[in-house]
Amino acid sequence: MSRTATVAPARRSLLRDLLRVPDVRLRSAWHLWERNAAIYRRTYRMNLLPNFFEPLLYLLAMGLGLGAYLARIQGFEYIDFIAPGLVATAAMFGASFEVTYNCFVKMQFGRVYDAAMATPLTVEDVGLGELLWATTRALVYGVVFLAIAAAFGTVHSWWALLAPLSVALVGMMFAVIGLTFTAVIPLIDYYSFYWTLWITPMFLFSGVFFPLDRLPGWVQAVAWFVPLHQAVNLMRALLLTGDPGAAGAAALWVGAVTAGLFVLPLNLLRRRLVR
Amino acid sequence: MAPVVRARGLVKRYGSLEAVRGIDFEVHRSECFGFLGPNGAGKTTTMRMISCVSPPTAGELKVFGMPAWAAGRAVRRRTGVVPQENNLDEEVSVLENLLIYARYFDIPPRVSRPRAESLLRFVALEDKADWPIPRLSGGMKRRLLIARALMNEPDLLILDEPTTGLDPQARHLVWEKLRSLRREGVTLLLTTHYMEEAHQLCDRLVIMHEGRILVEGSPREVVARHTAPFVVEVFEPPPESLPGLAALEAVVERVERLPDRWLFYAQDGEALLAKTRSLPLDPASVWLRGATLEDVFLALTGRGLLE
Repeated sequence: MSRTATVAPARRSLLRDLLRVPDVRLRSAWHLWERNAAIYRRTYRMNLLPNFFEPLLYLLAMGLGLGAYLARIQGFEYIDFIAPGLVATAAMFGASFEVTYNCFVKMQFGRVYDAAMATPLTVEDVGLGELLWATTRALVYGVVFLAIAAAFGTVHSWWALLAPLSVALVGMMFAVIGLTFTAVIPLIDYYSFYWTLWITPMFLFSGVFFPLDRLPGWVQAVAWFVPLHQAVNLMRALLLTGDPGAAGAAALWVGAVTAGLFVLPLNLLRRRLVR
Repeated sequence: MAPVVRARGLVKRYGSLEAVRGIDFEVHRSECFGFLGPNGAGKTTTMRMISCVSPPTAGELKVFGMPAWAAGRAVRRRTGVVPQENNLDEEVSVLENLLIYARYFDIPPRVSRPRAESLLRFVALEDKADWPIPRLSGGMKRRLLIARALMNEPDLLILDEPTTGLDPQARHLVWEKLRSLRREGVTLLLTTHYMEEAHQLCDRLVIMHEGRILVEGSPREVVARHTAPFVVEVFEPPPESLPGLAALEAVVERVERLPDRWLFYAQDGEALLAKTRSLPLDPASVWLRGATLEDVFLALTGRGLLE
């Protein structure tokens, strides 16, 4: 009896901590975005240039190289089939790098968050600022990829005009997920798990390079729950098939997951940093 | 006038560790108030609660008349914090560090730029405005942290060990700047391990130990109240002098025997010094000095290492 009596309140307070309404002020969060932008501005040429090469290499090697040996997939050229998924992946990578390694270094080694929390900013403002910044990076990454993919002639629908917005939405989702992980890990080394057991498998098995429709039913059932799979569906519906229904369903999924998890990283950061 | 900071029964617990165990103090406008104490005494914890980055566990804490934690944003808007450890943005220049920080307070660039330039002059870094942070020395970084903490023109400036690790030149420059801020009406709150620093800067101070305040007052009052005014130190007394030294115990207020020296605390230093002259001691090993804050500090908190 005494055991449950001591454990239960702690658990209740954890739940209350995680579900509380964060103390955020958009203008304050934006100032952290401005800080990150000011620092990025100094190095953006170095940072942006590789962003152009990466899609180029993927589209050349996989799309044209590998594609030359492949039959059409679902009626499309292989390069056209993989381009939308690679745009979604670019958004995932852009946001994830930012909220994992970059944020952890700022938090733990640079003490950037300590400095900001001595000003009117709250820890939740800091978290929200990082989410907005990671979304921005995802947008830059994704739109660059999109432009190059378009130059290869892989865009086949006017619904593509909604792609930048969707890239931002996908970026925000992965920012929320990644920052949640950052808020709870004790050591930077834990990111090797995040990347090798989460990001990389998603990249390989979310339908970017091959469709999942010939795989067993349970695989498709599982895939429905995988964030990148939904992001790939969204991009493919906008860029390739021009299917607003499919795009809407996927966007709804991404939006719901993002909204549902949104307070989690902010409240977890608060638990970690406000002591 | 209402105090700038007022604490009543202030407590901070981390799990089962009680870092601050119910302290009372008031900091008045335009004074320099010092928190002294060994590591682990609860100084930094108290400062973190005052700067509203750490919620009190119990008791009352008001800053500018507002409840510290509940009104955190409003308090922090009027407060400047100089942290113990450098947390400058290493990737950008000296000037940009100030401009970025000003944005956190919603200060627009047309206001922050001239203010940053004048603060860089104030801390003698005006010709380093374009320098990257890694090029700065430790003393320059500390001065820049002080300038940064002043970007919002705070009413209260909180400094956690402002001169730890600085050379004497840099330390004196920092002291000079802090005194000139106090003259301008800024309330200063600092922690320090240096009794000399507390004596130089603080109008009032408290000595903390194990989460409690042991004494409070001006540096002079604290010394006068808690120790005899003079100290005679005898370095490495030879064995033949020990009986004579032990006999002096009767005529002084307190004796402290350390492995390498004896300390005699007395009301009349000259008379005591004269008495030691008859003992078989090398005159160069006997030294009369005034009692200092450090004597009080060590008497109250002990000489053993506390961590």
